[in-house]
Amino acid sequence: MQKITREVLIEKAASLLNEGVVSAVYGWKKGEFVYDVTPALFTTTEELEKEFVWGDFCGANFSKYLVASTRKIEGKILVFLKPCDTYSFNQLLTEHRFDREKVYAVGIPCEGMADVSKVKAAAGEGIIAIESTEEGLAVTTLYNDAPVVVPYAEALAERCINCKSKKHVAYDELIGEEGDVLESGRFDQVAELEAMTPDERFAFWQNELSKCIRCNACRDVCPACTCEKCVFNNPVSGAETKAPMGTFEEKMFHIIRAFHVAGRCTDCGECSRVCPQDIPLHLLNRKFIKDINTHYGEYQAGAEVGSRAPLVNYTTEDVEPCDVFERGDKNA
Amino acid sequence: MRKCTAANLDKLFAAIAENAALYLPVDDEKGTAQYKKWAEGTVMSNALNTAKSPKDFFFPQSEDLMKFKTQGKTIELTDIRDEKEDFVVFGVRACDVRSFDILDRVFLVDPRDSYYASRREKGVIVSLACSKPTETCFCSAFGIDATNPAGDVTAWKTEEGFFFKANTEKGEKLMASLEGLTEECTEEAVEAQKAKTAAILEKLPLADLDTDKFGGGKTAELFNDPAWAELSRSCLGCGTCTFVCPTCQCYDIKDFNTGREVIRYRCWDSCMYSEFTRMAHGNNRNSQLERFRQRFMHKLVYYPENNEGIFGCVGCGRCLAKCPISMNIVKVMKTVGGKKDE
Repeated sequence: MQKITREVLIEKAASLLNEGVVSAVYGWKKGEFVYDVTPALFTTTEELEKEFVWGDFCGANFSKYLVASTRKIEGKILVFLKPCDTYSFNQLLTEHRFDREKVYAVGIPCEGMADVSKVKAAAGEGIIAIESTEEGLAVTTLYNDAPVVVPYAEALAERCINCKSKKHVAYDELIGEEGDVLESGRFDQVAELEAMTPDERFAFWQNELSKCIRCNACRDVCPACTCEKCVFNNPVSGAETKAPMGTFEEKMFHIIRAFHVAGRCTDCGECSRVCPQDIPLHLLNRKFIKDINTHYGEYQAGAEVGSRAPLVNYTTEDVEPCDVFERGDKNA
Repeated sequence: MRKCTAANLDKLFAAIAENAALYLPVDDEKGTAQYKKWAEGTVMSNALNTAKSPKDFFFPQSEDLMKFKTQGKTIELTDIRDEKEDFVVFGVRACDVRSFDILDRVFLVDPRDSYYASRREKGVIVSLACSKPTETCFCSAFGIDATNPAGDVTAWKTEEGFFFKANTEKGEKLMASLEGLTEECTEEAVEAQKAKTAAILEKLPLADLDTDKFGGGKTAELFNDPAWAELSRSCLGCGTCTFVCPTCQCYDIKDFNTGREVIRYRCWDSCMYSEFTRMAHGNNRNSQLERFRQRFMHKLVYYPENNEGIFGCVGCGRCLAKCPISMNIVKVMKTVGGKKDE
């Protein structure tokens, strides 16, 4: 359950709009079934009051939208950022992807977002209403007479169970209290994969990646994927692929993408949230993050603007390539 | 009508699989249903529907069409199509069964697509009536009866077992081969289930979704509707909606040069992609607004215009469940053209 109410955010947005500080507001717009919230731009108080929502299904990260919208929209854009979103925001600034002067960032605390598939697994299909209560999400379905209460711990998205930080690393204004960087278990599953034999690990990824339908949702939502023209849909790149390559997509797309965002991925988890085939794509990125931490020292992309990512920096303390190779070879 | 008791179901599947490859919805390790080939021990999923639609059976995401090799001034063409064996798809829901009609009207008209046609001839569809529709279902908006799906054979599942009714020659042939495992029965149990499901269908949140604003001849009225800008604004331009959609039928044909020969293949394409239908003169839809509008106008206006008013959407709800930003055809239908009651 979120601590900040929708009304507080609407009031903040409306006053900034009315004072002329901003000309548009990125916020979550209500859908048909409570959980199907859409990222939207609001330009009037009436729109905000009618359709702005804030709750347990507002997972979408607006940072990437700023790349295009700051070029199109006159005046400043207000963007609400959850702690994890601020890391993407900073990373995009580090890469000079949008003009900071065109954005008014309001940090908002987040208690973690619900994963609707978990809610459905617990409460059943046919959701017609979801109420956020102290005890959890009270879910009314077509098949239950009384609401089923799903405790937040059961409904929480994986990325929120393993939340890396409640700290806002970028904002012009903060609503609520400053949080802390957290100790999370986000590398536990990576460690489990590392402990597998090469054959087991290959089987794991073959099973997962063979589900890929090449919809590109992971890439298109990814705040680290902001190339103006991706090689994978550029006909003159020689690497254009529209369909899965054979039955096991590992050959191209996902591994190349993981390498491309290595050191720049903030682990926001949007890739896994949007995957229509539920592939745990974040695990590929976390493996790279874990390896970077091991070989080059702890590094969190987006923690600050302008930091030099280990893979694009040189220091005399850098690990020797042969050490990395040996380690890689041992675990193949 | 014939009945197969729950105890005999595995035998029934085995009997079907003796003569044809049998595909049915199976839960994966995370509980997501997908069509899988039946083998001894396969358990059919109880899920309402599969994550991916069954259109792959007839229109696979990627398929090789031919290969060619040049030597001097001669060119050698080889047909390398994958000849599919006879197959049965079991458990197809009413929405998805309708999607095959929609695809037929594209692929089986002149020029007839022989790749698609051959799979249609070899496949037998055993549909399955819904008993637990969900909030994202809206097939009734398109005149589909979830309690009584079409298909070569229609099946109903109740606590007693499966009930079957053959609708076509192919279906009768399949049922004839299963006579030993099924018994003649009355329609009572099926009628009772139909009534129960119909009552739920009426209560669905999208039960009153209105299609009146759409259909053939509405292009001029809807094309420049200002609502498209807001609806498409947050669209990521990914292909999720088009690839989980049972009726999206656009494809691209490409050549893959292996170095020794060229393999010509086709694969699903998405009107949401920036390179979609790019031509020598450039691109005919340069903004996401235009691409987004194309998808919905195709399903709601252009397709019915060319196909006796039949809409190109079946209300399966997959795009509602899967769109990364939760933008979908229902939101479009409720917004474009203004709300009907306003």
